[in-house]
Amino acid sequence: MMTGLGSTMVRAGRRLLSSLPALFGVLVFTFLLMRVLPGDPAVFFASGPNAGKEEIEQIRKQMGLDRSVPEQLVYYLSDIGHGNLGRSMMTGQPVLKDLRERLPASLELTFTALLIALVAAVPLGVLAALRPGSIVDHGVRLFCALGVCVPTFVSGLLLIYVFYYLLGLAPDPTGRIDVFTSLPPQRTGFLSIDFLLGGDIDGWWAACKQLILPAVSMALFVIAPLARITRASMLVSLGSDFVRTARSVGLSWRKVVVTYALRNAILPVITIAGIVFSTMLGANVLVEKVFSWPGVASYALDALLSSDYAPVQGFVLLMASLFVLVNLAVDICYGIADPRVSIE
Amino acid sequence: MSEELLKIDDLHVAFSTRRGMVEAVRGVTLSVEKGEMLGLVGESGSGKSVTGFATTRLLDAAGRVTGGKILFRGQDVTKLRGDDLRHLQGAAMSMIFQNPRAALNPIRAIGLQIADAILTHKRISKDAARAEALDLLRAVQIRDPQTRMNAYPHELSGGMCQRVMIAIAISCNPALLIADEPTTGLDVTTQKVVMDLLADIAAARGMATILITHDLGLAARYCRRIAVMERGRIVEEASPGTLFRAPQHAYTRRLVAASPTATSRIEDLVTEEEREGYAAVASKPRPELAHGTPPLLEVRKLAKRFDQGSAAVADFSMTMTGGESVGLVGESGSGKSTTSRMICRLIDPSEGDIVFDGQSIGHVPAREFHRSRLRRDIQMVFQDPNESLNPRFTAFDCIAHPLMRLDGMRAGEVLRQRVEECAERVGLPLDLLPRFPHQLSGGQKARVGIARAIACRPRLLVLDEPTAALDVSVQAVVLQLLDRLRREHDIALLFVSHDLNVVRMLCDRTIVLRNGGIVEQGESRALFDDPKTDYTRKLVEAIPHIETEPALLGTA
Repeated sequence: MMTGLGSTMVRAGRRLLSSLPALFGVLVFTFLLMRVLPGDPAVFFASGPNAGKEEIEQIRKQMGLDRSVPEQLVYYLSDIGHGNLGRSMMTGQPVLKDLRERLPASLELTFTALLIALVAAVPLGVLAALRPGSIVDHGVRLFCALGVCVPTFVSGLLLIYVFYYLLGLAPDPTGRIDVFTSLPPQRTGFLSIDFLLGGDIDGWWAACKQLILPAVSMALFVIAPLARITRASMLVSLGSDFVRTARSVGLSWRKVVVTYALRNAILPVITIAGIVFSTMLGANVLVEKVFSWPGVASYALDALLSSDYAPVQGFVLLMASLFVLVNLAVDICYGIADPRVSIE
Repeated sequence: MSEELLKIDDLHVAFSTRRGMVEAVRGVTLSVEKGEMLGLVGESGSGKSVTGFATTRLLDAAGRVTGGKILFRGQDVTKLRGDDLRHLQGAAMSMIFQNPRAALNPIRAIGLQIADAILTHKRISKDAARAEALDLLRAVQIRDPQTRMNAYPHELSGGMCQRVMIAIAISCNPALLIADEPTTGLDVTTQKVVMDLLADIAAARGMATILITHDLGLAARYCRRIAVMERGRIVEEASPGTLFRAPQHAYTRRLVAASPTATSRIEDLVTEEEREGYAAVASKPRPELAHGTPPLLEVRKLAKRFDQGSAAVADFSMTMTGGESVGLVGESGSGKSTTSRMICRLIDPSEGDIVFDGQSIGHVPAREFHRSRLRRDIQMVFQDPNESLNPRFTAFDCIAHPLMRLDGMRAGEVLRQRVEECAERVGLPLDLLPRFPHQLSGGQKARVGIARAIACRPRLLVLDEPTAALDVSVQAVVLQLLDRLRREHDIALLFVSHDLNVVRMLCDRTIVLRNGGIVEQGESRALFDDPKTDYTRKLVEAIPHIETEPALLGTA
């Protein structure tokens, strides 16, 4: 079976290499897009509305905006090559540092949300598939439809209204941790893990409480695709010849459903989960905004609104790289879960 | 001797469909004695598999037993629930399925799958179950069983998968084994090995077996008693000898006639009443070719290598004259389909040349060949009539498509006439032309496929297992049709098949392929009657013939 794992790694490596041109394309494309968008950063960052033409011109020169676009692109690319993503005009810090600070927050939120979504969606999908056309099936369908058609910021606000305002169960929905809690020593950047490593159970609980509402409102939105794909592939799996074989020798219900049907049905769910994860990471800026979550998406949105080129370009590059990495991870998972992949 | 193990009494099974309840089995009465092998023969839709599934309680959700009893050791199977049912399944009766690779869990090692079955019915440790699984793999004669324990189904051949399936089915020593088309889709030699193994195991363990099959020859070879089913009923039950010498029921007569044998001719395949003037055409002698006529097709030293690995086809040469029919036979992986596709110019050969009607076409890239004017002259009929028709094209569109693309015809009266003429030539009723493929039967779809191929009046028709997916009675009609087309329109046929009986009837010459190379070739009858090589002899001997007395394998 080592050969199977080995060839999976080779495939993964090849996939990584072949994604490099795409990453480069993304870089150039966002660069050009930012130049085409209306808005002049020099005007925006000048001292005030009364700033004179000269001052704006000076800022423009300082930012290198007086040069031609191709020239700017070459400078930009060589900077990227040296690992320099530029400096944000908004925060005054290097973009790399900003992203490094905010990425763990986004990742922690997205991972938690995906976990919640999977834990809810897979059993729901399985239940629906076991009795297609039953009340359970229709119930799951309704729940999924609601999850998709209520926008995340609405479900987020609703959750805040119920659990914070009415029931008082949830803490103040702003940020990753309330201001009075002392932060743990930074190790992974994931607060819940850092608290645990630091042995601070109270802090861990506080962080989890902060995390749960935004994660749930994010998860609600993606339960639908995951549950639907689980249901569909579970139906195929349950109707397949090998499940019939399993039944023909009298295997227990549990063994038939879990070991035979579900393990096969979960394969496409892995693929979809990867896609859903990449989407959630960047697209759930609304949740980050509602819960004042200091993540990369809201950072990029703020930058975009203020024509701050560097952070937006850095963000897009980050998302593209993450997308590649997530796909890679999915590939490897798939290769391990399905012995057939290695021979293709 | 007459110890009754299973007694099916007036069984009715119905399926709920969109058009209401449909009765699949209507009053089957059948009994199986201990240790006996019973053949249950019928064409698709006859209800033979449904009877099997009802007995093992594996009907899918839409199917329901609506009447009758299935008594197994005196106990009514249809009324069992819960644990009683699970003790029955696997431990008392088990089943072997068609398409063995799909019947095994694709992502679970086969050793584990066998152990799963053992652990369900025996209270033993996992290690003991593994050891038993290993013994079973040895019992079904899998080479190198220790390593194979960790193999996945996709790493095994079809025949191997069926052995594993047999191992699972016999793991708890059931008293009754139901084999549903156990060898359909396997090579003829593999089929013989698997069936021999199955019969030996059943005899050694005293298991009663119901062999469900569409192949009369196969049932005749292994069973002492055969029940013939048609449209949900058993129409006749007899020993193979009686069944073939003196079939009583009209349907049995038709079925026996349609099953090709070592001596049957194409015109024998249908009964008198269905012959409709076929004999008159068949008896017309073919005109002698003038001496020195150049061959229609000449293939020189053709070879094909796929990306890596050894050659799929190597050093293949042949010639065909106009109106000749040549059979290309061999087991799966012998390169017969690859060769036929190269000749059709659907894939490019790595080496060698193809000369058609004096023109070299081997070097025209396959993706350019549709522009060649010779595209009209070389047409193909594909194996699966379901998959090879565009589901969104009506039968009319399917036949008209090549006329418009290759003959440049426009939609209109002339085109309609040509399409109708083609449909008439293949015996497709004109009122079926506006239908979509899913509204046609298998035989009708096969006719559409053939009508499409002959629409542009080709001179060479390449047929890749055109009847493999069809029932024998439909196959008989399609074979007659092909033979008639060849005689009337002088179309040369290159017939790719694994069914030697069919090739023997239809083809003047036969080429035997193995591992991409020609093993033997010659005039069909001579080649089959007196094979020169061991391989061909093995192939010929593996064909189940209905004259054969049943091999005395069972203890009965």
